[in-house]
Amino acid sequence: MTIAALAFYAFGITVVASGLLVVLARNPVHSVLWLILAFISSAGLFVLLGAEFVAMLLVIVYVGAVAVLFLFVVMMLDIDFAALKAEMAKYVPLAALIALILMMQMALAYGAWTTSEVADRLRGAPAPAPAEMHNTRALGMIIYDRYLYLFQAAGLILLVAMIGAIVLTLRHRTNIKRQDVLAQIYRDPATAMELKDVKPGQGLG
Amino acid sequence: MTRADLIAVLPEALLALFALTALMWGAFGGKDRIARPLLYATAAMLALLALWIGSAGGGASTAFGGMFVNDAFARFAKVTILVAAAAVLVMGEDFLARRDLLRFEYPVLVALAVLGMMMMVSAGDLMALYMGLELQSLALYVIAAMRRDSLKSTEAGLKYFVLGALASGLLLYGASLTYGYAGTTTFAGILAAVRDSTLPLGLLFGLVFLVAGLAFKVSAVPFHMWTPDVYEGAPTPVTAFFATAPKVGAMALFARLLHDAFGPAGHDWGQIVAFLAVASMFLGAVAAIGQRDIKRLMAYSSIGHMGFALVGLAAGSATGVQAMLVYLAIYVTMNVGVFAFILSMERDGRHVTDIASLSLLARAEPTAALALLILLFSLAGVPPLVGFFAKYGVLVAAVQADMVWLALAGVIASVIGAFYYLRIVYLMYFGQEGEGLDGAMSWSQRALLVAAAAVMLVGVVNLFGIEGPAAAAAAALVR
Amino acid sequence: MDEFFSTTLGMFTIMLAQSLLVVGFVMISLLFLVYGDRKIWAAVQMRRGPNVVGAFGVLQSVADALKYVVKEIVVPAGVDRPVYFLAPMLSFVLAVLAWAVIPFADGWVLADINVAILFVFAVSSLEVYGVIMGGWASNSKYAFLGSLRSAAQMISYEVSLGFIIIGVIISTGSMSFGAIVAAQDGPYGLFSWYWLPHLPMVVLFFVSALAETNRPPFDLPEAESELVAGFMVEYSSTPYLLFMAGEYIAIFLMCALMSLLFFGGWLSPVPGLPDGVLWMVGKMAFFFFLFAMVKAIVPRYRYDQLMRLGWKVFLPMSLGWVALVAFLAKFEVLGGAWARWPVGG
Repeated sequence: MTIAALAFYAFGITVVASGLLVVLARNPVHSVLWLILAFISSAGLFVLLGAEFVAMLLVIVYVGAVAVLFLFVVMMLDIDFAALKAEMAKYVPLAALIALILMMQMALAYGAWTTSEVADRLRGAPAPAPAEMHNTRALGMIIYDRYLYLFQAAGLILLVAMIGAIVLTLRHRTNIKRQDVLAQIYRDPATAMELKDVKPGQGLG
Repeated sequence: MTRADLIAVLPEALLALFALTALMWGAFGGKDRIARPLLYATAAMLALLALWIGSAGGGASTAFGGMFVNDAFARFAKVTILVAAAAVLVMGEDFLARRDLLRFEYPVLVALAVLGMMMMVSAGDLMALYMGLELQSLALYVIAAMRRDSLKSTEAGLKYFVLGALASGLLLYGASLTYGYAGTTTFAGILAAVRDSTLPLGLLFGLVFLVAGLAFKVSAVPFHMWTPDVYEGAPTPVTAFFATAPKVGAMALFARLLHDAFGPAGHDWGQIVAFLAVASMFLGAVAAIGQRDIKRLMAYSSIGHMGFALVGLAAGSATGVQAMLVYLAIYVTMNVGVFAFILSMERDGRHVTDIASLSLLARAEPTAALALLILLFSLAGVPPLVGFFAKYGVLVAAVQADMVWLALAGVIASVIGAFYYLRIVYLMYFGQEGEGLDGAMSWSQRALLVAAAAVMLVGVVNLFGIEGPAAAAAAALVR
Repeated sequence: MDEFFSTTLGMFTIMLAQSLLVVGFVMISLLFLVYGDRKIWAAVQMRRGPNVVGAFGVLQSVADALKYVVKEIVVPAGVDRPVYFLAPMLSFVLAVLAWAVIPFADGWVLADINVAILFVFAVSSLEVYGVIMGGWASNSKYAFLGSLRSAAQMISYEVSLGFIIIGVIISTGSMSFGAIVAAQDGPYGLFSWYWLPHLPMVVLFFVSALAETNRPPFDLPEAESELVAGFMVEYSSTPYLLFMAGEYIAIFLMCALMSLLFFGGWLSPVPGLPDGVLWMVGKMAFFFFLFAMVKAIVPRYRYDQLMRLGWKVFLPMSLGWVALVAFLAKFEVLGGAWARWPVGG
């Protein structure tokens, strides 16, 4: 067994096991932590595939940002997940039945699966071979060149999501004190202070 | 990426640029104070784009490696969408302003939703399709929940979002199965892969999931459950928007996907679409009878009308697509008129939507009542109004495609459905004394109501000649 | 001997030895960093600082470390034990892990991967977990509040750090540290380095690095006047030592990044003098001196001011800079000061 194969099995088993534990963990915070482990292991799998850039992005974006927000929300939630799960348990038989039917259908489809004769030709080479071009560069060529239209569309979708979040949640409170940094900086003793010569025993009056 | 690509998407690019500029202007230059000018500017922008796209001739062209298709079909759908969106924006202004809902993000989000729809009808690739659909849907979710202090509006937004996400999931699943079979996401590539006569099982699965996802977006039965609640909960101008432009976008996308990518498999998807059509027509007709709220009623009405439009699609022929496009254009016009009236329904300064409040409207507002009568008759498909010709067109297409049973079902559903439209008319003219309406219509609402009614009458002559462009559009799609 | 080193076991031995060398360097410099930090701080405040253990107190850190290790580990009631102990270990391991790709001189690097800078960034973005997990597992309100503050702070400043790094990557056309340093090698010595063309970003990077590592004036998580000691309040003995060590190693890493990204790494500032590891270490020490001076001189920010600075000032500036650099590089303005692809590769 080569080192690469060993690493593959190690990462693979970790992904599957931690994925399972995400679902099984009783404490939701532990679930998120297992999820993070699953992310990191899949980043390892990407490295083995020779896609270092995607692997690093997975860690930076999913583990470093998205999962942190998950963790934030889960930590601050005041929900009894055990009770929720008990509630869910009532529907398990029905869900299992539906899942079974779907599984059978999928098995049917898989059993009769064929690929179009032209598929291989059409699938073509979406990206240059790793040996020809560094994978970061190849990814850039695809995203910013070939799929520019989709990339811009995705940007607009994210913009809409941002506008939506602001429209639906931002409340501009009026009765609070706000800091005006520039006003503070440009304040000087001449305008801010007044010196009074107080006579003893008389006070300011 | 070349100049030609950019020129092909110029209208979309301009609209996107407009939305971004408007957003910046709103965020840094005046917030909600500029909402009113911004709304009119957006409506003008949409109308101008409609004029531009409508007057631009030329054949079909593709851009970005086939991801974007600009043909007669896309142009027809875009013009309908743009005009409908502009009309709905203008007529909702007064309503929103008086209820303190006129925020500058509203026109921006509408513009972005319209952009999504334009991308949808021009999609030439499963990925482009999904991007357009999501852009549209996301903007719609937000404006559905825009009245955030109202429980119903929030519920509408949330319900729409959750079910919409589910539908998107189905769609994506179908898309991935299709990709797995065909090895490509471009419509042209899929078309090449399905050339052989029988559809393999895997691709059939993909097709069914895709159709299910799209059926949700056009609110066809059995994927209609969200419609009444969302229509009722969303602010009325938003409901008016939902009932018009997105329906055109989604139906056009439906037609584009089925014909452009799965054209040769027409026999397979014809059955599915025919089922959706029959179920929608009947449910729309029957379930609307018990409604007491006019927005819910319009929701069921829209389900029924989508059923009729789907009849044209189920026919699977150029005539069918032409009839569908004409139907959509007429449906949108009728809905704009009816919603212009619904927006003005008011008592003691509060918006009311129960049907009983329309009692004896004819005495208080004879013109509005007459216009509404014409529109409702047209929605019911009473000859000789334009609505009748719309229904006639799709049913003839079904008969020509040897689907007589489908046409018969359409006739029966239309007769049942006529009942609830006529009941409103009855209430308006012969209802009982009760608390009526006391609001005044704004100029834009009155103008659009009267104009829509006039179209229903005058259009009888030649349907304003839209059959020609619709035929050209259908010819561009069905090859 | 050569035969042994070409076998798998031999290569493994070499790797291990190199790793130990780097870790050893980091750990030993850690001891002197803590000592230096305290001495500088004391000097600014006109105190003596540590001066008892060893000559001039140099062994103070060793004594402190020893004390931490031999003390009893106090585990408060109600803590989530696995997470509670995992947190400090994670914090320490991640801080050390990033050093695997930091070169000290041309070719002196454990793992020369071509996305090295992303690796460092990824690892430093993981460091936030030590803080969050520690604060949550401690089952204490103060610790939890501290960890929330800290996590929000680290995420906020990571965004602008990322954009600043992108500017450097655009200029170089590569994400390997070797290429970034090579791109700064020019005929004008220290004026060929990136600090000149990227001048505004050097300042932003330094400030963001302070915030990212929870150093004063952004040490809100530990704000002792409000939150006792933030997320570490329930920790004692070795786990506490690990947190502290992790923090200092992360700071030292930021110093290494500063010198690699903007100040030429191991390049000599004067043309003609030999390049080498000493320059690199010297630059790192200099930036650590700046970190220590800031701690001594600048008063602490309020939390809302910190957030405002991160999101409303740094983020737009660094984002705008990325766009600007892209244009400057594309059109090779000023003789291609921002476009050094031919040199960097």
